[in-house]
Amino acid sequence: MTHVKSLLSRQELIGLLVVAALIFVVMPLSMDIFRLNLFGKYLTYAFVAIGLVLCWGKGGILSLGQGVFFGLGGYCMAMYLKLEASTPEATAIQSTPGIPDFMDWNQITSLPWFWEPFNSLTFTLLAILVIPTLFAFVIGAAMFKRRVGGVYFAIITQAIAAILTILIIGQQGYTGGVNGITDLRTLKGWDIRTDEAKYVLYYVNGGLLIAVLLLSQFVLKSKLGRLLVAVRDKEDRVRFSGYDVSNIKIFVFCFAAVLSAIGGAMFTLQVGFMSPSFVGIVPSIEMVIFCAVGGRLSIFGAVYGTLLVNWAKTTFSEIFPELWLFGLGGLFIAVVLVFPNGLSGLYRSYLAPLVDRLISRGGSSYPPEPASPPPDLDGEANAKPAE
Amino acid sequence: MFADYSWTELGSIFAMQGFAGLILFSVFVLMALGLAIIFGQMGVINMAHGEFMILGAYVTYLCSNIVETYIPSLFGIYFFFAMALAFVAAGALGALVEWSLIRHLYKRPLDTLLATWGLSLILQQAYRSIFGAREVGVSLPNWLLGSVPLTDIIEIPINGIFVMVLTLVIAIGVYFILFRSRMGMQTRAVVQNRVMAGAVGINTEKVDRHTFALGCGIAGIAGSAFTMIGSTGPTAGQLYIVDTFLIVVFGGAASLLGTIASSFAISQAQSTMEFFLSGSMAKVLTLLTVVGILMLRPEGLFSLKIRR
Amino acid sequence: MNTISNNTDFLLSIESLSVSFDGFKAVNDLNLYVDENEIHVIIGPNGAGKTTVLDLICGRTKATAGSIKFRKKELTQLREHEIVREGVGRKFQNPSIYEDLTVFENLELSFPRGRSVFGALTFKRDAEVTTRVREIAEMVFLDALLNMQAALLSHGQKQWLEIGMLLIQDPELLMLDEPVAGMSVSERKQTAKLLNEITKGRSVMVVEHDMKFVEDIAHRVTVLHQGKILSEGSMAKVQADPKVIDVYLGH
Repeated sequence: MTHVKSLLSRQELIGLLVVAALIFVVMPLSMDIFRLNLFGKYLTYAFVAIGLVLCWGKGGILSLGQGVFFGLGGYCMAMYLKLEASTPEATAIQSTPGIPDFMDWNQITSLPWFWEPFNSLTFTLLAILVIPTLFAFVIGAAMFKRRVGGVYFAIITQAIAAILTILIIGQQGYTGGVNGITDLRTLKGWDIRTDEAKYVLYYVNGGLLIAVLLLSQFVLKSKLGRLLVAVRDKEDRVRFSGYDVSNIKIFVFCFAAVLSAIGGAMFTLQVGFMSPSFVGIVPSIEMVIFCAVGGRLSIFGAVYGTLLVNWAKTTFSEIFPELWLFGLGGLFIAVVLVFPNGLSGLYRSYLAPLVDRLISRGGSSYPPEPASPPPDLDGEANAKPAE
Repeated sequence: MFADYSWTELGSIFAMQGFAGLILFSVFVLMALGLAIIFGQMGVINMAHGEFMILGAYVTYLCSNIVETYIPSLFGIYFFFAMALAFVAAGALGALVEWSLIRHLYKRPLDTLLATWGLSLILQQAYRSIFGAREVGVSLPNWLLGSVPLTDIIEIPINGIFVMVLTLVIAIGVYFILFRSRMGMQTRAVVQNRVMAGAVGINTEKVDRHTFALGCGIAGIAGSAFTMIGSTGPTAGQLYIVDTFLIVVFGGAASLLGTIASSFAISQAQSTMEFFLSGSMAKVLTLLTVVGILMLRPEGLFSLKIRR
Repeated sequence: MNTISNNTDFLLSIESLSVSFDGFKAVNDLNLYVDENEIHVIIGPNGAGKTTVLDLICGRTKATAGSIKFRKKELTQLREHEIVREGVGRKFQNPSIYEDLTVFENLELSFPRGRSVFGALTFKRDAEVTTRVREIAEMVFLDALLNMQAALLSHGQKQWLEIGMLLIQDPELLMLDEPVAGMSVSERKQTAKLLNEITKGRSVMVVEHDMKFVEDIAHRVTVLHQGKILSEGSMAKVQADPKVIDVYLGH
């Protein structure tokens, strides 16, 4: 019990329980499997948003390329599933049976070398975790060791998202091009398209999300969590307290990348395809808004922010497709100008005192959450390398 | 990859692609100049820069239609006042945006980035609602059509030459405004030391607004010039925003010469490679090279060493 | 004591140090030595290169030429956090603290343990940390404010907090850039007392404009002018030096 207490304050424990209840009880009971699957899809974006809370909200590092990691995770999973779906029997009508259909359409006659290892599920699962981490490590090491941060980092990550999208679309023989990798069927012979499989995947996804929330909470509660805030506020001071700031930044960037990749892999499993439209500039920056609407400092807020924005997107773009872009654009501006602390800020000022009163019978007292940041905290002072 | 071509053919290919690259270069310079002012001088990230450009393009499109329908006698020269109008429209919108949005966010560059992205979405949808989702083109007056033959194989389109001359004029103009005029001096003073600039009697808020409007206005002119070589759609601006930012960063944010040099390098690399590789691979390689170089040399090509 | 007989006896020896920014020599062929347990104050007119010297020692600025030896170890090739780990602490001109964290957390982050990423993840707030934080907080007059958010401290208290953050690292060389700037008279007196107290067992380098304060604390004074040493010695000797008088009054 003491472990739980040191990891989660009472408010946070309630927050976690509410999220868990929502995912495991409320939603499955109130939705049909089609809607629940959609809800599960939204939840995969929440992985990205939680990563952004640590990276951007706490650490002040804005990555506009989280779609890259989401996509890497998703594509790894999709490559495995596609290979399993492309047995010689299933693809007998192709001129080269046994390779994915889009390769055959693009006159490729044998499986490219980098596809080969994805025949193994063990390799695939490892790749989902390792490839995005390595990629993030290379980017992070190159940039943070040279003290590149702030808007420069944002622009470079955005450019990387653009480059990867163009590459995927351009190399359609190897990647499935603009349509992505589609028509995924089974996982180790288990059909992922049935309602039953969708329920199972939904619960696996929910379980992973809770695990990721706990893991992120552990990081935030450790000294590293406070160091992240310190790096955002006064990078130089952290350095002159004997820390290697670049390592801290690389760690949190890699951590956020892994979370995104897990989300991407679960997306592929639940939705049944992966395409470049989840990799590029536009989806990447939308993922930032999920986090911002949640309040950028709260991992629970990030989950709700993701759900709210996606629910609004689905609803409005069905009813008023024209209005949605106005709405989304307005949301970007409003979340910056009007409510920079997002949903968690609203919760903290209106609901939290109420909840506190309800639960404040006896027991130990916890120090209040550190005050929400004044709006001018971008960790920007060290942005330009050559100043 | 060169084996299939003879030397003279190769020479011509490089010349032609080089010229195509020069037009791309001009477009890049025009787009990047506005951004170099706003980002390089003010440090503001304006993600809606592409949409300001498209505004200029739509203004030109409207002018071309109106003049063609009502005062066809002036059609030969409509382009010049269309350009002036594009400058004014984009500049006015820029001033409005600075007043309502940007000025609240000067200390929060990352938030500015998000807010201006929101603005770009709104503008895109506005264009789509007003002008439709399809791309539109303008009709060019006769004197801009056709091309000048240089050798048997090499021909140079006149509108391309016009865009290049225009770029040159505007680049020189921007240089004078920034480095030789009082306004430019005040802009640089405000950038370097806001408090001190205010103390010596410069109205810093006004300077901010004018600088931002100027950058947007130049984007409007870029959009206007853009119509001469391509068609315009609601989302065309977004396609260029990454390239443009990379150009400015690559050139070294505060250096005008750097911006021009990096526009040149990137456009030439891309258009030359385009002939031998697919367009997308040429772009991937170009951007990868730029990002790679920026990782090794984050301060860009041209930069000043300053004492901290 | 002031004779340069054997350089390695000094805690810090700077020799032939130069740095230039685009041709401008901010520090020019400088030689400077700091003894053990000495309070060494650097004064000089604006732009003399005082802060740049501190920046060079702590690795914030890279030297163009010359050497900085700390306990016989060359610092010029090390990165900032490595220099800190060698035992050099640096306070900035404007109080540089973590405004979003509490006083306790500010001090705790500066406690020299768990400095790697993994170390920070597994760091435990044990009795040793808590005791040390309280000890230091008492020293810098902040023991009653441990749970206050640092942003809410007064300017002088922020300066003390930063000094406390350095003390908890227990550096052998402490560098302070204008430690009493913006402080009230009584705060200045308290700070002078604090400095005299903490110098036991360590050396302190101070850049300061306030001559009254310098007189109170300095064991030795170096006057910098245009990146070079103009005069060096006791405060009285320096004040009597005609060259110094010329620079301060003549221009």
